[in-house]
Amino acid sequence: MSVIVRLQREAFDAANEIAALTGSRTDIGAVITFTGICRADENGEPIAALNLEHYPDMAEAEIGRHIEAARQRWPLLGVTVVHRYGRIAPGEGIVLVLTASSHREAAFAAAEFLMDYLKTRAPFWKQVEKRGDKTDDKIWVEAKASDDTAAERWTPATVKRETAK
Amino acid sequence: MKVRYFAWVRERVGKTEEDIDLPAGVATVGDLVDWLRSQGEGYAYAFENPNVVRSAIDKRHVRPDARIAGANEIAFFPPMTGG
Repeated sequence: MSVIVRLQREAFDAANEIAALTGSRTDIGAVITFTGICRADENGEPIAALNLEHYPDMAEAEIGRHIEAARQRWPLLGVTVVHRYGRIAPGEGIVLVLTASSHREAAFAAAEFLMDYLKTRAPFWKQVEKRGDKTDDKIWVEAKASDDTAAERWTPATVKRETAK
Repeated sequence: MKVRYFAWVRERVGKTEEDIDLPAGVATVGDLVDWLRSQGEGYAYAFENPNVVRSAIDKRHVRPDARIAGANEIAFFPPMTGG
């Protein structure tokens, strides 16, 4: 399986990343693209930008561990994760997850799985930069309980309960 | 041993990292947190609710009962908000 994990300050281009992942291969039948984009508001308030702090070595290692977990669960042919850090303006991409497989089911599931874990386990922290005269007013985004719930649904105990129904 | 801080834990402690000689009796991550809390106002503020702060040993998530022996680097940070 081809795996690319990249942490970068610069913007990314999803089309280029898809081309790099699929290349001249003809065994891939499905590529799922998830792009997380910076919104212009946070909790109903307009923002100027997000500033992302990260723990560089751990972020790469942690993303790699979750890709490995995904590979063991689904027949994947490729995964690309690009996560930005630094200042990100509304409308710009924050994170890109590509999953490739022969058939769509594995790629869809793995993309969701990876995003749920990236949200709660990858060491990145978002800080809001407010607009206008409030630009010095920096506020850390709070973690959402709904993100924890989303990640927990992939744990074995939950899967077993769902199967038992 | 290197201790690193991120996001608001870093801001409250007032530094990004430091080298700490482990005091006697500090065996787990939770012990280290208890000791750090006694090291001044910034630390006390950062760890005022120790259940909120997350930790990692050598770039892997760990729980407060994780043993420190053999660790090169311990990190403390808030719940993650990436993606």
